[in-house]
Amino acid sequence: MKNNIKTAAPHTGNGPDSDTTYSAPMASFLGYKYIPAERQLLHSFVSNKLVLGASVLFILCVLGAVFAPLISPVDPIEQTLRARLRPPIWYERGLSPYILGTDRLGRDVLSNIIYGLRISLMVGILSVALSLVIGLTLGLIAGYARGFWENLIMRAVDVQLSLPLIMVALCFMVIFGQGLGKMIIVIAITGWAVYARTVRGTVLSIREKEYVEAAHALGFGPGTIMIKYLFLNAITPILVLTAVQVPRVIILEATLSFLGVGVPVSTPSIGLCIARGYQVLFSGSWWASIFPGLALMFLVGCINVLADWLRDALEPRSREQV
Amino acid sequence: MGLYLLRRLYQTVIVFFVITAIVFLMLHISGDPVELLLPQDATEQDVVELRQTLGLDKPLLVQYGIFLANAMRGDLGVSYHHGQPALKLVLERLPASLQLVCTSILISIIIAIPLGVLSASRRGKLLDRLSLLGSLVGISSPPFWIGIVFILVFAVELRWLPSSGRGTWAHLVLPATSLALYRLALFMRLVRAGMLDIMTQDFIRTARSKGVSEKMVIYKHALKNTLIPFVTIAGMQMGSLLAGAIVTEKVFAWPGLGRLFLDSIGVMDYPVIIAWTLVIATIFLSINLFVDIIYVWLDPRIRHEK
Repeated sequence: MKNNIKTAAPHTGNGPDSDTTYSAPMASFLGYKYIPAERQLLHSFVSNKLVLGASVLFILCVLGAVFAPLISPVDPIEQTLRARLRPPIWYERGLSPYILGTDRLGRDVLSNIIYGLRISLMVGILSVALSLVIGLTLGLIAGYARGFWENLIMRAVDVQLSLPLIMVALCFMVIFGQGLGKMIIVIAITGWAVYARTVRGTVLSIREKEYVEAAHALGFGPGTIMIKYLFLNAITPILVLTAVQVPRVIILEATLSFLGVGVPVSTPSIGLCIARGYQVLFSGSWWASIFPGLALMFLVGCINVLADWLRDALEPRSREQV
Repeated sequence: MGLYLLRRLYQTVIVFFVITAIVFLMLHISGDPVELLLPQDATEQDVVELRQTLGLDKPLLVQYGIFLANAMRGDLGVSYHHGQPALKLVLERLPASLQLVCTSILISIIIAIPLGVLSASRRGKLLDRLSLLGSLVGISSPPFWIGIVFILVFAVELRWLPSSGRGTWAHLVLPATSLALYRLALFMRLVRAGMLDIMTQDFIRTARSKGVSEKMVIYKHALKNTLIPFVTIAGMQMGSLLAGAIVTEKVFAWPGLGRLFLDSIGVMDYPVIIAWTLVIATIFLSINLFVDIIYVWLDPRIRHEK
């Protein structure tokens, strides 16, 4: 504990607003006391309007992504030359099926957003799932096997974590070239290390516990022990980490595509869409870049709200993984 | 503490060598620059000669050895495209990037710390809610899109500031601010969360019960302890910002490192790509090392450990 309290000058009486600043954390603390533990998660979910709204919007986004071919007004990559650079429909020059206007080649902005969010979600979920699998496996090995493999894996984690993600992703994309599958793999490679570190930490913290030793003594094999005890203990930090990783990955995908090293140009991706809109920004056609970004912001914002809520609900004391 | 620093230094050097090896290997797997460099009507003889001059005909391990030995002397090869030393090209662009990154990190710190403190001390009030909402927008928007919005509002519509290039201070405002926004949001959340966490600790209660004024409690006791972990994260963000500035540099046509890198990708200019990666990695690793040292020095609990 730090000893800087004694340096403070003695002072009588509290500041005018000391009561209110102190009461807020106390109130929420006291408020939690009356909710049974098993209902806390649900209660904190329903009581927070922002979280409710975000989850509704998120579900809408997911539904929109799944049913993109059904709900998008036109084909996102279809180019209609007669409808080039049309503004949104509420403007005088707006054209009927193109609600949010069209880009330089007459592609519908709204359809591109719907299909683009589909790509964003797909990359986000698949690459995080892939890095989860890699990180989980290596983390379990590192924590359980110890010795040489642990050293090797943890040094690899150090290398991975001591580099800027965007730099690693850029270099790999430059080397491997454009492509949706390649990008999912590259982004997964940039994300496995945090999982490996977390899982290993959990394993180390519980492997000496009595119940794991008891399981050993009872003759359970390492596989059973890993799955039954180690994995179950690691599930909370993994869940929180995943919720934080998905929005990051979605932004990374958009960034790579915006820079032209992500998905191929024919793919309807938000990043590419914004890049195309940016080219016509100075001629006054703002809709082609602003709307896609706005859509991505809402999607990522929803996931961030849910991730924050999940972290607060599951790990009230943690604040390191921001 | 000395042992700890020595271990960190050793670790940093190892990481650095691993990076050189990976970058070198990967770039050579990816493709042959010879085809891009020669004109369409080049003969077989031309190809062989160019491969020899570039040293591409030797075994990979030998190439890496030569590369490493040269790198030690600061020679990272000559740019295929510009015909100038790659390291020189990269270092020439470094000041522009550093100017952008340092300004934006300053902006984010200067705004984020007071905002985070105010927000934490007025938890649940309007200011807190507004700044939380703002920070949500900040961390949820793609940074390049923020730049585009800024250009649209301040350059195209209002015509207050220039939208691209580098020169006067006015040129710096939009890129630096748009780059700062994500970190501002992140730092503000960090400071706020840190303050809220610290405010529940025993020594704060002790200070309060001794009758220390609320201002003193917040600014002297709580903020000081919040800033220690903050230094680590802010420092590490600076390194990644240098790499992350690449999108902002593209949007605002800022003549920095990122633009050089993007241009080099297009023409597969290996030496420049390698030089870029190594320079960014070196800066990033040095900052991390430096931040670790500062952190150890700031926290007496670690400083006095054996």
